[in-house]
Amino acid sequence: MKGIKKSFLITIMLLLAAAVLFLFYKMGNNWEFALRLRGIKVATILVVSCCVAYSSVAFQTLTNNRILTPSIMGFESVYLLLQTVIVFIYGDQTFRVLSSLDNFLLSVLVMIGFAFLLYLLIYKRGKDNLYLLLLVGIILGTLFNSLSSFMQLLIDPNDYFIVQGKMFASFNKINRDLLWPSAIVLVLILIAGFRMTKYLDVLSLGRDQAINLGVNYNRVVQLFLVMIAILVSVSTALVGPITFLGLLVTNLTYELFKTHKHEVIIAACCLVTAVTLLAGQFVMERVLNLSTPVSAIINLVGGVYFMYLLLRVRKL
Amino acid sequence: MRTLVLTLILIVFSVISLFVGVADITLTDILQWDAEKMSLITISRIPRTVALILAGVGMSISGVIMQQMTQNKFVAPTTAGTLEAAKMGLLIFLIFIPTAGSALKMLSAFLFTFAASLIFLSIVRKIRYRNVVFVPLVGLMFGGIIGSISTFFAVRLNIMQDTNAWMMGDFSGILQGRYELIYLSLPAIAITYIYANKFTVIGMGEDFSKNLGLNYRAIMNIGLFCVSLTVSAVVITAGAIPFLGLIVPNVVSLIFGDNLKKTLPLVALSGANFLLVCDIVGRIVIYPYEIPIGVMVSIIGAVIFLVLILRKR
Repeated sequence: MKGIKKSFLITIMLLLAAAVLFLFYKMGNNWEFALRLRGIKVATILVVSCCVAYSSVAFQTLTNNRILTPSIMGFESVYLLLQTVIVFIYGDQTFRVLSSLDNFLLSVLVMIGFAFLLYLLIYKRGKDNLYLLLLVGIILGTLFNSLSSFMQLLIDPNDYFIVQGKMFASFNKINRDLLWPSAIVLVLILIAGFRMTKYLDVLSLGRDQAINLGVNYNRVVQLFLVMIAILVSVSTALVGPITFLGLLVTNLTYELFKTHKHEVIIAACCLVTAVTLLAGQFVMERVLNLSTPVSAIINLVGGVYFMYLLLRVRKL
Repeated sequence: MRTLVLTLILIVFSVISLFVGVADITLTDILQWDAEKMSLITISRIPRTVALILAGVGMSISGVIMQQMTQNKFVAPTTAGTLEAAKMGLLIFLIFIPTAGSALKMLSAFLFTFAASLIFLSIVRKIRYRNVVFVPLVGLMFGGIIGSISTFFAVRLNIMQDTNAWMMGDFSGILQGRYELIYLSLPAIAITYIYANKFTVIGMGEDFSKNLGLNYRAIMNIGLFCVSLTVSAVVITAGAIPFLGLIVPNVVSLIFGDNLKKTLPLVALSGANFLLVCDIVGRIVIYPYEIPIGVMVSIIGAVIFLVLILRKR
């Protein structure tokens, strides 16, 4: 327990340091403006971090696996297809026709709708195999991806950049109007979610043990799946897809905090995610001055780290 | 008998494929040996049809080999990161040696697919519980990771839309002089056929095949070689054709069983037929434009695959 407290302390310090550095580094003359802009970015990063952290940890516990992440289930493909269709129809008029708030709400609704259809498809048939659910999600995702790439071929290269901008998460184009609704949803889900962490502890023992201990397995799993769908949709619609972020941070958290208590792990994972994103964004934006979206880097780092994990472990 | 029927169907579709296109070519043109139209046929239509057949045969046979090697029905170039690896090989070559010819590009794609298949096999071997669905899931994740690495470089160099266009399976760009690399899949197909019995044994597991006196390692390596060669040849000439190696072998084995020596020709012919039909439909639907075959196949393929996995309990 002492080790965990120490790790927490260090992570919180790191988070504070990263936030302060991010907010106050090279403010320039118009400090009021800079601070407001950066404040929104930090707030967004915090919201996204909590969404990603909770959904990834819960998802990995449900699937009893540390190498999966909910965003591969097709959410991001649905999002990209929707964005591609919108640009395909409206071209460079997109921003005039659809305000970013409308786009945000539409995306969230479509993604959640997709998740519900997927869950219904699997559960209605009496198949409660989570891997099957995932595989069906991924296959549908592949299908949507090829539809989007076909449309992207037809889009005017100038308009294509609008789509490309949506393909990668970025914290540079944040709209303040979107932050409030996302934060409210997040807080509601997290309140419900933290009351349910005890179930996660039991579920991590495996399906049979959980049932044996008196958990209404299917019902609880479905509840978690719904919460995961909402969180992933909100974070994707808010900033865009960061597929492998969840994978990277959950595994980092488990390495740093050697515990399996979900209360601890989820809280820690929120912090670790926030530190990762803040530090990544800071390095990309201010130090390296790179225009590459931070999500491309995170996917790269997360991907390489994941490969290392896959090759290092003896059993999966 | 079945082989004969499928061969006849293949001939019919090949002939149709020769005559479908923007330029109107009729049988009388061929009989009268109209020079202009004949050159159109030899430069564009014949290469396209040949490439379609070879790609169809090659991709579906690769699927069979991969399924035998991993002992899993749902493993194929699409679900094992193979296509993504070929893409990465292409991309890296384009970045570092943009002027290289297609033979070198293919070599690079070949090496990447080979390495990725090796890694994937070693991952599969580590998987503790033999859940049928879990292996393709890991494979798709693996592919996603390879993809994210290539995406990073593509974004840095601002060539996302172009890479997208190269990788989209499409036979409309196939012309005489620009597709011959696909013939490299022929030796791979021949080897597969010769070793068909051994691949059947491999599908029963490592211990079992060693028990029967098979050189397990060597056969696995031959299989990897064939798959990598075929996939990279197809990707270089036509782009990625998803799901083909997944659905054709599965549907054939549902109907005709699992004796490879018997079913391999059926798989090959069905693959070619399926691809020809998809291409012909893609050429007709929005005539005079074309729907790329990658889109056609992935729509049809995804639906069939979903039916396959949902049907199984």
